[in-house]
Amino acid sequence: MPKLKVNGRSHDVAAPDDAPLLYVLRNDLQLNGPKFGCGLAQCGACTVLVDGQPVRSCVTPAGSVTGQDITTLEGLGTIEAPSRLQQAFIDEQAAQCGYCLNGMIMASQALLSRNPKPSEQDVRHALDGNLCRCGVHNRIVRAVMRASREA
Amino acid sequence: MNMFVKPSRRTLLQGGSLTVAFSLIAPALAQKAAKQEGPALPGDLKLYPKLSSWLRLEEGGKVRLLAGKVEIGQGILTAFAQLAADELDVDIKRLVIVSGDTRVVPDEGVTAGSQSVQYGGVAIQHAAAELRAHLLSHAAEKLGAEAAALKVADGSITAPNGKSITYWDLVAGQQVEVEATGEVKPKAAAQRRYIGKPVPRVDIPAKMTGALIFIQDLRPEGMLHGRVVRPPAYGAKLVSLDVAAASAMPGVAKVVRDGSFIGVIAQREEQAIAAADALRRSAKWELLKGTPTSDTVYDWLKTQPAKDIVIKDVANPAASQAKDVVEAEFRRPYHMHGTIGPSTAIATMGADGSMLVQTHTQSPFETAAAIANMLGLPKEKVQCEHKQGAGCYGHNGMDDAAADAALLARAMPGRPVRIQWSRNDEHKWEPYGSAMVVRMKASLDDKGDILDWDHEIWSTSHGTRPGGKAGNLLPAQYLEKPFALPTPVNGGAPNYAADRNGIPLYEFPGVHVRTHFVEKFAARASSTRGLGAYANVMAIESFIDDLARRAKVDPVEYRLRYLKDPRAREVLQKTAEMFGWSKWQAAPGKGRGIAFARYKNLATYTAVALEAEVDKATGAIRVKRVSSASDCGDIVSHDGVINQIEGGVVQSLSWTLKEGVRFDETGVRSEDWTAYPILTFSEIPPIDIQLIDRPGTPFLGTGEASQGPTGAALANAVMDATGVRFREVPFVPSRIRAGLV
Repeated sequence: MPKLKVNGRSHDVAAPDDAPLLYVLRNDLQLNGPKFGCGLAQCGACTVLVDGQPVRSCVTPAGSVTGQDITTLEGLGTIEAPSRLQQAFIDEQAAQCGYCLNGMIMASQALLSRNPKPSEQDVRHALDGNLCRCGVHNRIVRAVMRASREA
Repeated sequence: MNMFVKPSRRTLLQGGSLTVAFSLIAPALAQKAAKQEGPALPGDLKLYPKLSSWLRLEEGGKVRLLAGKVEIGQGILTAFAQLAADELDVDIKRLVIVSGDTRVVPDEGVTAGSQSVQYGGVAIQHAAAELRAHLLSHAAEKLGAEAAALKVADGSITAPNGKSITYWDLVAGQQVEVEATGEVKPKAAAQRRYIGKPVPRVDIPAKMTGALIFIQDLRPEGMLHGRVVRPPAYGAKLVSLDVAAASAMPGVAKVVRDGSFIGVIAQREEQAIAAADALRRSAKWELLKGTPTSDTVYDWLKTQPAKDIVIKDVANPAASQAKDVVEAEFRRPYHMHGTIGPSTAIATMGADGSMLVQTHTQSPFETAAAIANMLGLPKEKVQCEHKQGAGCYGHNGMDDAAADAALLARAMPGRPVRIQWSRNDEHKWEPYGSAMVVRMKASLDDKGDILDWDHEIWSTSHGTRPGGKAGNLLPAQYLEKPFALPTPVNGGAPNYAADRNGIPLYEFPGVHVRTHFVEKFAARASSTRGLGAYANVMAIESFIDDLARRAKVDPVEYRLRYLKDPRAREVLQKTAEMFGWSKWQAAPGKGRGIAFARYKNLATYTAVALEAEVDKATGAIRVKRVSSASDCGDIVSHDGVINQIEGGVVQSLSWTLKEGVRFDETGVRSEDWTAYPILTFSEIPPIDIQLIDRPGTPFLGTGEASQGPTGAALANAVMDATGVRFREVPFVPSRIRAGLV
């Protein structure tokens, strides 16, 4: 039964250790940010930060991240008070369906933490493993560049 | 009758029966049945002339907007809000939008074909304008002033004498139960506050912060998790299954087997997945033999019995004098919709035997009817509630997942059962965009001008949406008493389907367009962004480019010889100018291409020009930059249209460069994103989109307009860079390399 620290709060979760972190976050902790996209670590929709690093929660056993700092999209900001990065995505209207955005924002957050002033190339490289099917890529890159500029 | 039931000619004739017939559960039927004549009303207002079908004034100063069209990531709810807020003169924040809930919204059929603003949007726009006028006429009495002298600001009406009243005080909790008259015109463009202005999407903040907005995020009390085990290949029959072992696994509430349909319900999601995996391992199947494969499908298409459909046949007697006849054949593989979020649904069977299905379907009413048909329930016992899913780009697994959920929920009455397809399920079982063969033939005179144009299409169906029939639902085809897939039909004029955009917008002296419509299927297929338009525009625009080259005429100039529609000419010329067509410098390995189409020959005009580099050693193509102009008539949301056109450019580049579903007798081999890759960030070029705005002209659908021109522009750029014409998609490096040898 994993003890998880999510968005600064500790939880004793009544789930098996080998349950994928994604399902524990979504079903046990009722978080909506991380999304199921492939279950194969191929698309990035389920990305969360574990000690600041982007991790594919769909293939991460919940028991393997006990005691580490897990941050989900909800941990960055709220609809009333979005983070600077989330606000930049809103300002650029960087979405169509919005399903992949959790992964886009979390992977960008990790990038900006280690490289606050990335080049456009750096952003594209950091997001290359995150799939978007609506074709919003260039808007997403602009949103990340805006967040970096406005930081 | 209260003061808001204003007797129209219609209600007088029918003794007010409309008001009585209107019920919350079936608003549709009553009005549809009654509406045989009456004023000419625009869009879906014809189907639902009652203003309260669309707009309701609610306590707390809110306006409830009821829409049958649904949000599929195209930003349509924001566009509807802009239209309603402008015409009703209220702040956009007052709108509460409900869409796609069959219990309360008008039945507007399917959200597809780039028609949501044309049909749903204009209905909302006119209903709002009529509601405003109706409220003003009553306010005039109350305030002792002429209606024309009243001013409205954010739902508050003020008379010249200083007296004022709000809409909500005026109706005092009643609804305005009157029909549209067709006599109220929407505002002039200059008086608009929201339409055509930058308005942020209403759904985006929730999506950026993890608020509850997607169907995937719903967790009704007592919900259980279901999974379905699909056969390994189309048409496979289940021979044996170990139900007992899976039933004994942790958390398993029930295993459902009905013929070749297998499902499992468990307490926890990972338990349902584990049990489904165990069932899959234990299942023995009998496969069909001799089915076509992704390699043989083009020959298969051309040799199947087919319905021959001629949609244009204008002869040019002078064609017999042709100096030259040119032919070319184009191939388009099956393309996936490839949603990022696999199909999901939640179904709940009530104690009274009714079924509520929460779904991201594009056709809530028709899907509800199809599920009722599958379950043997009366139609009114099944309701669908639309919730947003991930982008679908057409008819994907959405309705099949809804049917899966309903089948499992029937086995577990009183408990909501949630189905979420796996990546493998979605990749293998969604109905793809049909493979097509297009053969072009032109007769030319001695100057290379076109005397006669011939366009011949081979395709399976592009439309197997539920349409109220169980046979269109995947699980229903595999039940013990299976429902047969209905014989598909090709969509006719004016939208067409396999032959969509088959008729060229160019004016040639002789034109012949015909389709060989194959009623059988090589792979599951249904509506995919643009239907046949992608392949037809690819073929037309590649072919005309080659004819221009043959005539030694610039491809823009050559097209303009035959393009008479001034709006089409302007879009093409503007695109060429944006790209810098006339001053472009050739260089080894570099090419430029341009292409044009008016979607469906009745919606948005779009041209695309792009520059590509081809590495002749590896066959790799890199798109360097894209320029595109569109004319979509009156624009509700400028940014929304740009987003749609740009998204279409990216998706079409992905289709053209990378995508084609692989399948053989053992099943679909494109099982995940590694086997079916799509374009990624580092492969996406700068894209410049510009719009020609025409306020006050009709809205033209835009969501699918850039699919065809983009693919064709790329094909033309590759030809320009290499001197070789590639006619089979996708343009993967191995194919390009082989073609350049």
